[in-house]
Amino acid sequence: MATSTKRQRPGRTIAVFAAVIALMYVLMGVAHTWAPKLGLDLRGGTTITLTARNSTGSGSVASSSLDLARQILQQRVDSLGVGESSVTTQGGNQIIVSVPNVQKDQLVSMVGQTAKLAFRDVYDVQQVTPPSTSPSPSASPSPSSGASASGLPTAPGLPPAAPIARPTAPSSKKQTIDQLLQWTPSTQDQSDFAQWTCGDSFPDVSDQPLFACDKTKTAKYLLGPIIVPGTEVSSASAGIPQGAVAPAVQLSFTSAGQSAFTAATKVLASKSSPQNQFAIVLDGTVISAPQVSYQINGGAQIDGNFTQVEANDLANVLKYGALPLAFDLSSVENVSATLGGEQLRAGIIAGLIGLLLVVGYSFLYYRGLGAVVVGSLAMAAIIAYSSIVLLGQAINFALNLPGIAGVIVAIGITADSFIVYFERIRDEIREGRTLRTSIETGWEKARKTIVVADSVSLLSAGVLFVLAIGSVKGFAFTLGLTTLIDLAIVFFFTKPVMTLLGRTDFWGGGHKWSGLEAEHMGVSAESLLGRRVRRPTTKGA
Amino acid sequence: MADNATRRRPAEGRKQSLAHRLYTGDLSYEFVSRRRLWYLISGTLIVVSLLALAVRGLNLGIEFTGGADFTVTAPVASGSVNDMRVAVLNSGVSQLDGTTVLSVGSNQLRIQTRSLSATEVATVRGAIATQAGVGSDKVAYNLIGPSWGKQITTKAVQALIVFIVLVMLLIWVRFRDWKMSVSAIVALIHDLILTIGIYALVGFSVSPSTLIGVLTILGYSLYDTVVVFDKVSENVSELRRGNRTYSTAANDAVNQVLVRSLNTTIIGVLPVAAILFAGAFYLGSGPLEDLGLALFVGMISGAYSSIFIATPLLAQAKEREPEMHQVRQAIARREAKARRDLAAPVAAPAVAVVVEDADPGNGDDQVTREPTSRRPRQRTTRSQRRG
Repeated sequence: MATSTKRQRPGRTIAVFAAVIALMYVLMGVAHTWAPKLGLDLRGGTTITLTARNSTGSGSVASSSLDLARQILQQRVDSLGVGESSVTTQGGNQIIVSVPNVQKDQLVSMVGQTAKLAFRDVYDVQQVTPPSTSPSPSASPSPSSGASASGLPTAPGLPPAAPIARPTAPSSKKQTIDQLLQWTPSTQDQSDFAQWTCGDSFPDVSDQPLFACDKTKTAKYLLGPIIVPGTEVSSASAGIPQGAVAPAVQLSFTSAGQSAFTAATKVLASKSSPQNQFAIVLDGTVISAPQVSYQINGGAQIDGNFTQVEANDLANVLKYGALPLAFDLSSVENVSATLGGEQLRAGIIAGLIGLLLVVGYSFLYYRGLGAVVVGSLAMAAIIAYSSIVLLGQAINFALNLPGIAGVIVAIGITADSFIVYFERIRDEIREGRTLRTSIETGWEKARKTIVVADSVSLLSAGVLFVLAIGSVKGFAFTLGLTTLIDLAIVFFFTKPVMTLLGRTDFWGGGHKWSGLEAEHMGVSAESLLGRRVRRPTTKGA
Repeated sequence: MADNATRRRPAEGRKQSLAHRLYTGDLSYEFVSRRRLWYLISGTLIVVSLLALAVRGLNLGIEFTGGADFTVTAPVASGSVNDMRVAVLNSGVSQLDGTTVLSVGSNQLRIQTRSLSATEVATVRGAIATQAGVGSDKVAYNLIGPSWGKQITTKAVQALIVFIVLVMLLIWVRFRDWKMSVSAIVALIHDLILTIGIYALVGFSVSPSTLIGVLTILGYSLYDTVVVFDKVSENVSELRRGNRTYSTAANDAVNQVLVRSLNTTIIGVLPVAAILFAGAFYLGSGPLEDLGLALFVGMISGAYSSIFIATPLLAQAKEREPEMHQVRQAIARREAKARRDLAAPVAAPAVAVVVEDADPGNGDDQVTREPTSRRPRQRTTRSQRRG
């Protein structure tokens, strides 16, 4: 042990360490953030977890598909105008939607929808005036007075029949494309359609007719069964075709999709308006309903009076909608602002009580050394706070309730490191070494234990973080973070401080309240301070 | 001298000398050699735990079974619970017969129903808000889909397996001894079963936070075990030179780190107790309470198992190795020689010196303070049992 060189270091180590901490706070100042980002369980809001399944219902999901789905969901949430929302992917098959301070029930139903694209043939189109008030979120398709049913071939003389229950799942019997194209609505379908208004829900079933509106809710459509499902679209792109002025969207199909599409356009081209249209339906909304004037053998081209932006959007929608992704609503966590505030308070109370208990116990058992524990814990708290604030800025880390619990549990883990070190120092003194030597040799041995023990903590935090679901990830994150901070503190703060304290009269002189007094270790003051030749150890071995 | 100090301040002195005497071996508890007793105790506890799990099962929260859970802050009067239940049942949503309403403290109601669709949630939430006389944005809720619990369970089991494998590797890398890895893992599984057993027995609700708590315990339980094993491996490295068997060295290690283990456990449990306190008494439910409880139970079990299970298991496994057999034989030979020497008059002064050094005047110890006579006696009994 080169004690002479060590002797110069502790002050410098602490100075460098303090400089690093100061730098962190300078960074916080630069970023103008002094408070950590809080999770939604601490400030109120809604968190929705969706789990994707591929079309077969099990197995994995392509990450590109998941990310595209995330983009669609982000658009949907943004369309609600809810401000700072976040839509993120997690664990390869999940999407987490977090919207703070919003209590709209609509949010959940919108997000929970499946992005489902399909091509259906149009049977009837009616212009409607958009309702002045927003439709009620009620699920029951109640006969609405707002329906503008006129000029419709309803059964004459009969009062409008009450809507019958619609099938919600396709029948197992597969129909050929020709059979599908032969489809005409029943009387019941037509009377239901007359009463139906935009905003009423309608089951979107592949072999059943569909009532749907366009985006602006100015037209409602009576559509036949699905002719080409969205999964048969292989690609879509927007661009201005040669010789044209307005942008259009180019579609290409898989071979099965292509043959169905070709057959459909052949039939549609022979019909008259509006039945010569096919509708592109996404999530129950008619995105576009182009007319077909001739049989199309290649990919489809959708023109309309698109702007470049609109054409891009449509191409995206077609691509996204073509993705074989369906989502299950896995969990919705809604926390009111009041409950959030209470949880935050509870977390802070728990932290303070925990800190007080640990500090109290340290002073009780380690007396003067308790000051080292308090100092080190204070440093750990300062670093942990600024790390959490900075990580909130850098990687959008939001502190939630399990996260606070992780920090509190880490108080114990951090204090444990000091105990391991203190007990080692005492062991060394019992072996007959002097106090100052023991601070160094005890460190050499304690260091290994601390590193292994912290590695285990870090390992468990890492495994938990990777495999945890939802909010408990926060616990693993802060636990791992604070364990790392603990390592830094013990190496760059506690150890140098102990070396410095070893030179003071109070600690280095083994004062009876210092926690390093000779009596406690069962050695003589001479042995402790090294004023005499080392006695043989009491073990007598 | 220490003993003088002990006499001067008896109240302080007893506590001080406990740690000291444990370290030097003046006072030594038989952790390793009485392992049959610990195994019996732990075995009984494990059987009780498994029985409780089989008979009573775990009280799984809605996160596992699927369902909706509403929380509203409103004054709770005597009829509130029933009124709220009636209000929910009359909300117009079907199949709500299984709904339970609980009061949490004096100002919170919790309503648990089956898993609801997005529109049903809106309806029920509205009914609860009306009944409680608050705006519906004041009603917090959790909605869990039916397949969610399976996902969480799968993840937890994955985490458990990955963690155990990694930890075995880590301990092996650190100590280069797979028997240490196995002993540590056995102790860990012991803690796991006991914690689950207590949950089954008491009927605490199990949530994802509980799972995380349980998985964290694994880390903590190992932390304790690592501290003990660290000292064991240090003691054992001098085995060839000294006259200790692996068991004795391990037992000494446990005694030497006993105070440290107790301290780290107490320090670790204190903040957890604070979490439990704030979770149970301030919030009444939720992740703080679930996490705190799992950690509280598991940490205490972890401290117990690192001392009473992991180390005796390790010693038992190590004593089977031929190398340790040789060590035992060498010690037996040396003892036999020492006994012969003891019988001869020449050796007498040497013994007297040792006795003097050990300060026989302070005779309050249970275990005799003469190291030369204490150790051989233990070893003899142990080797007799083995032979």
